[in-house]
Amino acid sequence: MIKSSVDHFIRVVFFPLFLTMVCGFGHADSRIVATGGASNIEGSAGGGVVPWAVINGYGSSDEWAVTGMATGVFVDDFTLKVIGASVSYDNRVELSFARQRLKLDSLGGDLQQDIIGLKYKVVGELLYTTMPQISVGVQYKDVDDFSLPSAVGARDDSGVDYYVAATKVFFDALWGRNVLVNGTVRATKANQGGLLGFGSERNNRYRYMKEASVAVLLTDNLAVGMDYREKPDELDFAGEDDWQDFFIGWFVNKNLSVVLAYADLGSIAGFDDQKGWYLSIEGAL
Amino acid sequence: MTCVLRRRVWSLVSAILLLSLLSACSSQPATVYEGLGGEPGLAAVVDNLLERMAKDEQIVRYFQDTDITLFREGLTEHLCDVADGPCEYGGDDMKATHRGLNITQADFDRLVQLLIYAMQDEGIPIAVRNDLLKRLAPMYGDVVYQ
Repeated sequence: MIKSSVDHFIRVVFFPLFLTMVCGFGHADSRIVATGGASNIEGSAGGGVVPWAVINGYGSSDEWAVTGMATGVFVDDFTLKVIGASVSYDNRVELSFARQRLKLDSLGGDLQQDIIGLKYKVVGELLYTTMPQISVGVQYKDVDDFSLPSAVGARDDSGVDYYVAATKVFFDALWGRNVLVNGTVRATKANQGGLLGFGSERNNRYRYMKEASVAVLLTDNLAVGMDYREKPDELDFAGEDDWQDFFIGWFVNKNLSVVLAYADLGSIAGFDDQKGWYLSIEGAL
Repeated sequence: MTCVLRRRVWSLVSAILLLSLLSACSSQPATVYEGLGGEPGLAAVVDNLLERMAKDEQIVRYFQDTDITLFREGLTEHLCDVADGPCEYGGDDMKATHRGLNITQADFDRLVQLLIYAMQDEGIPIAVRNDLLKRLAPMYGDVVYQ
């Protein structure tokens, strides 16, 4: 039932909207390069694993922006592949969609999940105001096949994350370079971001998780930094660790960016110490 | 888990502090004005910027009734002052000069973009560019939606 509503949303609402944006209304890119961040693994504008307060793409007031992304995370026993897209308007609101497929290289099989995200900028301007840019967001997540999440003790096959993110760019902060700082608090029931379901047999309450990113813009087009994402650890049969990654982002121009990262995802579904490379490409109009 | 996060945040904070201390040792031009290349450097940036503004549909519409010679003088003096150069800006404040224009965030973003392009074109070092932007960014609130 829920599954079909997600498919329906994508087919009937998202893609036509997306295509209309690209073909019909046109777009604009008044904002300066790199201020749209990258697309995180959940499809929201941000760092590799953390949603930021920034709005995807380079649209400013009264302007549309669209992005498409493909990401791969290659750790010891798993491969995560994500495709996603987003539409944003007015540098204010961002609607995103991502489809995640976690290939279980050692166990066999895979886990898939759809994520629909909505983000709204509440106050502040990333570059200009003393007040950081602050956005609120939701991510509706829906897992395809609940058998493995259920086997490791998850309660539900879908859930909603709520977050508040604050992001600010400090000009001339380090070696004359600009530094971006982001802090995010997320209310979530998701196990491994949702790929292992939501809640557990004995606990169905929201947990508040802290996430942070720091990036230094070494040149106008090159950023290096790190993400940290605190995670709940609720499942009896699959311990879970915080995630972190160190990244280098190349913002080739306002249409193309590439992020390479080294990620430490800790324990996943009984496999400890999962580390490896993260590669993401984003196109923006 | 919170404890681990706190430890990592602290190590990050101390790393940044250490790097800032190290960066203080490297030699920098005394003022942003000098970094821009003094009077001729600033004039080149301003002229480059004005040419870009004249060619930009989004921006040029605000200058239909503007005396460009006067505007150039005022802008140069203002930037010289902001950059700690030997000038004192005597013109109206930013709020007054932009009143009634209803400049949007997109216009402001676009102008910042054009200024960055102009400074890149004139070979201004990134640290000087960022320092100047840091001084100009707070004017946002007085410029847009007035």
